[in-house]
Amino acid sequence: MDFDFTPEEQAFRAEVREFLAENLPPRAERGRGFMGEWLRKVRDKRWVGFSWPEEYGGGAGSLTEQAILKEEMALAGAPPLGTSFMGLAWVGPGIIQYGTDEQKQRFIPDILDSKVNWCTGYSEPNHGSDLAAIQTKAERVGDHYVVNGQKIWTTGAPWADWIILLTRTEFDVERKHDGITCLLVPMDSPGIEVRPIENMAGDRNFAEVFFTDVQVPVSNRLGEEGKGWAVTISALANERSSIGEVTQMFAKLESLKDLVRSTNRQGRPASDDPAVRRRIGEFEAKIAAMKYNGLRYLTKQLRGEPLSSETSVNKLHRASLEIEMDDFAVELTGLAGVQLPGSDEAVDGGRWARSSLGWPSVVIGGGTPNIQRNIIAERILGLPKD
Amino acid sequence: MDFGFSEEQNLLREQVLRFMTDACPLSVVRAQNGGLPRDLWQQAADLGWLALIVPEAHGGLGLKWIDLAVVLEESGRGLSPLPILSQALAATAIGRCAGDDVKREWLPKVATGDVVFGIGLYDDPTWIDAKGVGLAGGETLTGTKPFVSDAAGATHLLLATRNGERLGLAIVDAGDAALKAQPGIDRTKPFATVSLDRVEPVAAFAMSADDLAFLTDCGAVAATLEAIGAAEAVLALTSEYAKTRIQFDNPIGKYQGVKHRLADMFIDIESFKSLAYHAAWAIDDAPHELPRAASLAKAYAADAFARIGIDGVGLHGAIGFTAEYDAQLYLKRSKWVRSAFGDADYHYRRAASLGGL
Repeated sequence: MDFDFTPEEQAFRAEVREFLAENLPPRAERGRGFMGEWLRKVRDKRWVGFSWPEEYGGGAGSLTEQAILKEEMALAGAPPLGTSFMGLAWVGPGIIQYGTDEQKQRFIPDILDSKVNWCTGYSEPNHGSDLAAIQTKAERVGDHYVVNGQKIWTTGAPWADWIILLTRTEFDVERKHDGITCLLVPMDSPGIEVRPIENMAGDRNFAEVFFTDVQVPVSNRLGEEGKGWAVTISALANERSSIGEVTQMFAKLESLKDLVRSTNRQGRPASDDPAVRRRIGEFEAKIAAMKYNGLRYLTKQLRGEPLSSETSVNKLHRASLEIEMDDFAVELTGLAGVQLPGSDEAVDGGRWARSSLGWPSVVIGGGTPNIQRNIIAERILGLPKD
Repeated sequence: MDFGFSEEQNLLREQVLRFMTDACPLSVVRAQNGGLPRDLWQQAADLGWLALIVPEAHGGLGLKWIDLAVVLEESGRGLSPLPILSQALAATAIGRCAGDDVKREWLPKVATGDVVFGIGLYDDPTWIDAKGVGLAGGETLTGTKPFVSDAAGATHLLLATRNGERLGLAIVDAGDAALKAQPGIDRTKPFATVSLDRVEPVAAFAMSADDLAFLTDCGAVAATLEAIGAAEAVLALTSEYAKTRIQFDNPIGKYQGVKHRLADMFIDIESFKSLAYHAAWAIDDAPHELPRAASLAKAYAADAFARIGIDGVGLHGAIGFTAEYDAQLYLKRSKWVRSAFGDADYHYRRAASLGGL
């Protein structure tokens, strides 16, 4: 057991730091052209798609290097390495694993160059957690599929160029996981209608997406017909290390401590309140647990040992921290804590109040906490399925 | 970067597990009565477990706490009544605080198990601080020291003392002291009140407040490591029951009220396991990180294992309440872990202080 890095890994960390020192100005000094230039520079470094094989334009970074890159980027508060989070997180890896050569050549470069934004068409009005029960129909007609149905809670749909779409090509199946087919569909296809939904924070990031006789070439099918469930599963499993998230969580905890230091409650410093101090300790323990869980799982991967569904552990920690840290900040600061940006009395410009309304995108997207608990109970503890 | 155990450590783990299964199963554990099971102690000594962290120069194996960690974890899984934790703390205390002559005399006997240490740091049951040390030090010791761990089976006692602001440790021949057992919830973690009447310590040496904090952190980490094994045993026992107990025509483990609680147990154990391994590593390899690491691990485990102990019994229903069923033994251990070497409240607040608040 040791936490040291090899000389090569240390050199890589130094390279990332040097790059960030040169190319990441403080937030206030980032001008209009900054983002475009940033995306080009990190692309030149081959840090976009850093885990992907070189032959598809990826960086072929080792697991440890990936962790180092994520950690350093998070420490520096760097912006994302691409405009399409989903493209980089699972659409790209899914295409690399299941796509045809033609699909790889067609889609991968655009994802790496941030030329297209992807969204993910999984959930339906009647099928969210029970994803395998989806009903959106894709019917084969000649060299096309004709898609009819509806998706919902589709994050990014209002501005996405493409959607990775889960459809059903067969309805008469013994297992609902069979007969699912994954399609890659341009969002400007005739017959697609997007109706944004306002969330409780006032944002319009997600939407209903309606499909009426949408024609999708068979060449846009990802993986085999009827085997789309495997594509979905591997895509969701592509979210691996939580190193970057942990770094952000520690940074948030420091902001929370600053808030405690500058807050008086009933005329006394909040930092003198034993209950407040305990909560801060609890947050730190949870974040540190995420960190060392992540390192243990990373070690397993490095040793080539199979990783089961342990990563659900950190997802659940993150979910509860996302909710509790903001909620704590809002409660700590009383009625000032509920003031939004625009109010003169807002705490830290309303940052905590605002983010206290943002947690569902992290907590519910990608599997609710109850689904994560089912996964642990069934796949790791071997309890009977629901 | 490698946050996992070596092949040697894994072999050691298997050895301890085998010992606990073959020589010290729960039927044997149940038969203990606060004394030292001599034959088991000798086996542990012969297998080298008592010598692990003793330096080679003093007859030990010269390994680290992270090696001892696997022994403690597997001992905890079977609720071992052997005072390996107290012995390890004594080895650490003597190695860190005593002069060379004391080390030369005592450490080899610690390694062979010929000397068995009971250990008493704090007189105050809740005060994990130098102020909690009460027994007056001096040429001879007179007074009482409550909450001395593993005293009944010990040949010697290692007792924290104070002289004004100065702290010390005294080694006392157990035969020179009057022991009164303090019956406790967990019989595998026995305590006694030690009464001393003009007893001359066989050795005595100074201890700083930092030393005391370090020893307490080692104790907190050790208790947490034992709790990993114990909590995993509860989870295994309860998961198995949930798979086989049929109610409303289904195994109860099918119901989310049961399965989610078991999933939460898994999450908590995974988490304080990671924190405890890091803390155990820090003892020898990054002592400056130890206070924070020990507090985060112990705080998390103290509350989580307490809940696991309770729910392990509760999820079984009435059968879990019976003396015959093993779940209750783990609940009892969890009560000890909760308070030993500082509770969650103390450690969470300490973590906040160490974090600059």
